[in-house]
Amino acid sequence: MSEAIKNRYEFVILFEVENGNPNGDPDAGNMPRIDAETGYGIVTDVCLKRKIRNYVETVKGDSKGYKIYIKDGVPLNTSDKSAYEYLGIKEEEAQKSKGEKDNQIRDFMCENFFDIRTFGAVMTTFVKAKLNCGQVRGPVQIGFARSIDPIVQQEVTITRVAITTEEDFKKKETEMGRKYIVPYALYRAEGYISANLAKNVTGFSEDDLQLLWEALINMFEHDHSAARGKMNVRELIVFKHDSEFGNTQAYKLFDIITVERKDKTRPARVYADYDVRVDVEKVPAEVQCLRMI
Amino acid sequence: MGYGIYLETWGDYALFARAEMKVERVSYDVITPSAARGIIDAIYWKPAIVWRIDKIHVCNPIEFTNVRRNEVSSKISARSVDSVMNGATKPLYINTNEDRQQRASMILKNVHYIIKAHFELTDKAGETDTIEKHYNIALRRMRKGQCYHQPCFGCREFPANFRLLEGDVPESGLTGEKDLGYMLYDMDFTDPENIQPVFFRAVMHNGIIDLSAREVVR
Repeated sequence: MSEAIKNRYEFVILFEVENGNPNGDPDAGNMPRIDAETGYGIVTDVCLKRKIRNYVETVKGDSKGYKIYIKDGVPLNTSDKSAYEYLGIKEEEAQKSKGEKDNQIRDFMCENFFDIRTFGAVMTTFVKAKLNCGQVRGPVQIGFARSIDPIVQQEVTITRVAITTEEDFKKKETEMGRKYIVPYALYRAEGYISANLAKNVTGFSEDDLQLLWEALINMFEHDHSAARGKMNVRELIVFKHDSEFGNTQAYKLFDIITVERKDKTRPARVYADYDVRVDVEKVPAEVQCLRMI
Repeated sequence: MGYGIYLETWGDYALFARAEMKVERVSYDVITPSAARGIIDAIYWKPAIVWRIDKIHVCNPIEFTNVRRNEVSSKISARSVDSVMNGATKPLYINTNEDRQQRASMILKNVHYIIKAHFELTDKAGETDTIEKHYNIALRRMRKGQCYHQPCFGCREFPANFRLLEGDVPESGLTGEKDLGYMLYDMDFTDPENIQPVFFRAVMHNGIIDLSAREVVR
């Protein structure tokens, strides 16, 4: 495994949804999430993290060091019989105090599970307060994604001819159902990667970083379903700082990227309706701006 | 107190969970001193120093919104990890479909604070730890936007933007006196085996909560 990352990063993702529901709101009968006051659509951080985990699980399978701890649905590897190798544990076991064991458990989990190395996790501990409530903070932090323009939630009523119960079958021929879609929306999510947490806590490496970029670019490619419609990542813009602590304020970098609708009188329906500008001149010399797509 | 700083910090959302409502989380009306300390600690902290919050200026009106999310209901068990490390073959994962609960959070929207803080040296300070040194490192980091990790408002999904405020402190749009009731002041870490919360009575006067004369209760 390669070394832990040595640079601070910030990133911006732009993704689109066409005739789909990017993230349902359990409080609103699974309608697309919306900020009720402004009408902007929202996709939660945990929704995007789920996609990243699923992508890594899809491409990496069960290979060593890339297991996923928080699994979605029935796991693929119920027949997993491979024992984990963890160096030196046996002989040292006897004289280890329980406090040191907590740290060993943390290191073991970080080494084997990509999602814990990336996003962190909460674990129970043997010794109270040894791991700060068992909390492991990962280097990657993602905020809520918000749409560029207010979204329209459209209700689509559908019918089906297959009736669930026999009793209903005697009374009617079709059943009605409904789904909610957003005709089109472009969302923007912002994220941060701390080199210090990578170096001192979880060991998130350069290889992991490449896999994360790949996962962010392809996170919707393996997530097609009746509810989602057409979703695509359109931009992944990465700011690489020269140092661990960073070289400039994150908000200044985020302000460099502006996304605007070209024709304000017409609702947007395709990506080409938006104008994405990256003001490269405003990027400080110590920061590298990379367009990954 | 000559070594105080003013840190301006703002963001889209914030969640400073009330200690008494943690399942369906409800945020306090304003940032807690402990969250404010967390923001500064994320920028610069060493065991030799401890940050103290003096004042909190609340710049924006207090607005709430609601988010409900699917969350897992269990933690990673140290005991089962330990047994797998020692060669057991049981599966090690959390299945989100079985182990799930929906929890709502009442979160703050569009927050903007100015935090006045200073630091004191602790008994871990060595001979080379002078106040000037730590003060200058802290200032440099804040000016350049450097941080250990990105600070956040209560939860990591609500990132906090920050900048050092040099010059005049702008006046808050809030006026009058508002009693916010008892709020969490900070956690008392003096005994790591038994961490205790400490509370104080928060009163906001013209948008400013003065903590220098606060009286804490356990």
